[in-house]
Amino acid sequence: MTAISSPMDVPATSAEADVSFTERRTDWQGISFKALLMAGLGFAILTLVAVLWNVIVDGGDFLLERGTSFLTENASSRANEFGVFEGIRGTLWIGIFVIVFSFPIGIGAAIYLEEYASDSKLKRFIELNIRNLAGVPSVVYGIFGLIIFVRRFDGFFPNSVERHLGATTAAAGATLAVLVLPIVIITSAEAIRAVPRALREAGYGVGATRWEVTRHHVLPYAAPGILTGTLLSLARALGEAAPLILIGGVLGSLGPQSSLFELEQLGEQFTSLTLMITQLAKRPSTVAGWTEATAAAIIVLLGIVLMANAAAILLRNRFEKKRG
Amino acid sequence: MTEAEADTATASAHEADPTVTATSSASAAPAPTPPVTFQTTDLNVFYGGFRAVQDVNLTIYKNEVTALIGPSGCGKSTVLRCFNRMNDLIEIARVEGSIVYRGVDLYDSRVDAVEVRRRIGMVFQKPNPFPKSIYDNVAYGPKVAGQKKGLDEIVEQSLRKAALWDEVKDRLKDSAMGMSGGQQQRLCIARAIATSPDVVLMDEPCSALDPIATARIEELIVELKRDYTIVIVTHNMQQAGRVSDRTAFFTTNVDSTGGRTGELVEFDRTTKIFTNPKNERTEAYITGRFG
Repeated sequence: MTAISSPMDVPATSAEADVSFTERRTDWQGISFKALLMAGLGFAILTLVAVLWNVIVDGGDFLLERGTSFLTENASSRANEFGVFEGIRGTLWIGIFVIVFSFPIGIGAAIYLEEYASDSKLKRFIELNIRNLAGVPSVVYGIFGLIIFVRRFDGFFPNSVERHLGATTAAAGATLAVLVLPIVIITSAEAIRAVPRALREAGYGVGATRWEVTRHHVLPYAAPGILTGTLLSLARALGEAAPLILIGGVLGSLGPQSSLFELEQLGEQFTSLTLMITQLAKRPSTVAGWTEATAAAIIVLLGIVLMANAAAILLRNRFEKKRG
Repeated sequence: MTEAEADTATASAHEADPTVTATSSASAAPAPTPPVTFQTTDLNVFYGGFRAVQDVNLTIYKNEVTALIGPSGCGKSTVLRCFNRMNDLIEIARVEGSIVYRGVDLYDSRVDAVEVRRRIGMVFQKPNPFPKSIYDNVAYGPKVAGQKKGLDEIVEQSLRKAALWDEVKDRLKDSAMGMSGGQQQRLCIARAIATSPDVVLMDEPCSALDPIATARIEELIVELKRDYTIVIVTHNMQQAGRVSDRTAFFTTNVDSTGGRTGELVEFDRTTKIFTNPKNERTEAYITGRFG
């Protein structure tokens, strides 16, 4: 040992250790809780993998074999000629309705509730009911859509009269836009509520008006949260089948319609990927090809939903970077 | 200044026009009392049915630093937030009595709170820069006030006054979130003075800062009083002693039902409050026997 000892040497040289930190108590509760959590996570992942595995095993080869013709052709009575084009188009129309109507109206309502409305009994009553609406089963929205958008607006589009009693693409889009509206309002309101008070105070403190504080500080900060919530609700809308069946979606081919998007289609009959999957699943599995076609259509739907989610994540990351 | 003179000054400050007050008290006393910036009269603030502060009569003089001190919950921050109507943002808050700012009752129904906040800036307890660039933080206030030209000069001037210019002049476009806590707070001061207010309110501006950053802000406060009237809430009595010209001591009264209401106990020159307080509760607090 040298004359100048490093600090590490001090305890050993100056005195014998009279404390010990080496005795360890086994935390059984902690260990078992952690095991339980991991089991839960494992179960969730396993279910997801099982679903995907099943679908891919059933439909993967079929989809590869058919290639893009499965995406571009119309429904058919033969499995090896069946295509989901009309379904994709209907599902995309629904997505457009949700983006065009639910997002602005829902986010606007959320901003009003959080930033403008004074805290009154009426406000709390409205909030409670929006929450209740978010929990209403989708079939009920189907009935609502049938009564309002199909029956009331029958004849709204000149070419829809008599032919199919108002069961139009527009009615389907409007019904699902209403269905996700409460979810958009709730998630957006929560994102806006999470904006720190300090940020609002900073804005008001330099003489910004309520609109300026909302526009310049609250909304940019809440944007990632609003985006995540709204796009999740979009995915929900794209995956709905029950209300569409109720308002009279077509479970078959729509007949010859050529281009991908035409405004006239708003006033015509509709179908969707979910309706097509319902229809395909009802075909006899003893006839070759239908099980595979069903699985392939599911893969297409999952692909669209995944793309919506990926867009949500990308946009959120961009907004978050901007937020600093 | 004697006690009697201080009383005269306070009494005459009740008059609406501060310039008149200044001349009259100047002629009456050898040491002239500065013009009055704020005069509160029987100020009461309620949160719902709860009275947060009771009957505050306080005078804030121009180009002085006035410190509001007292134990937690005594209502000093509440009073501060009345001076620029920040309490308007709390829905259940209600203000009774009057606050006259240079002859104008701030709570008059014709007064626009947004305009008030432009004239009376505020610095908060925790540094709260916008998640934007340093430049945009300072330029934001003038921008929303409608200013389009000369923003560069305003930003430089404000940052210089906040003793931050030399540290940030080469990175004005960088995000303010990357600065240290002390720098962020000086940026918030720069942001507050960018709208050329004549009052800066500070709500415990150093409570989240380390001692070195605190010392810099304190130096800055003393410098800023040449151009601005400053009201500062602080928990730190030494800080009040170091930076302020006058000190208002608040405390909490507990009534028979257990309700707690803040009240102004004593208001005087800081030297007087710290060396020879009139009220024994002030003395107890100053000497550290309670609070």
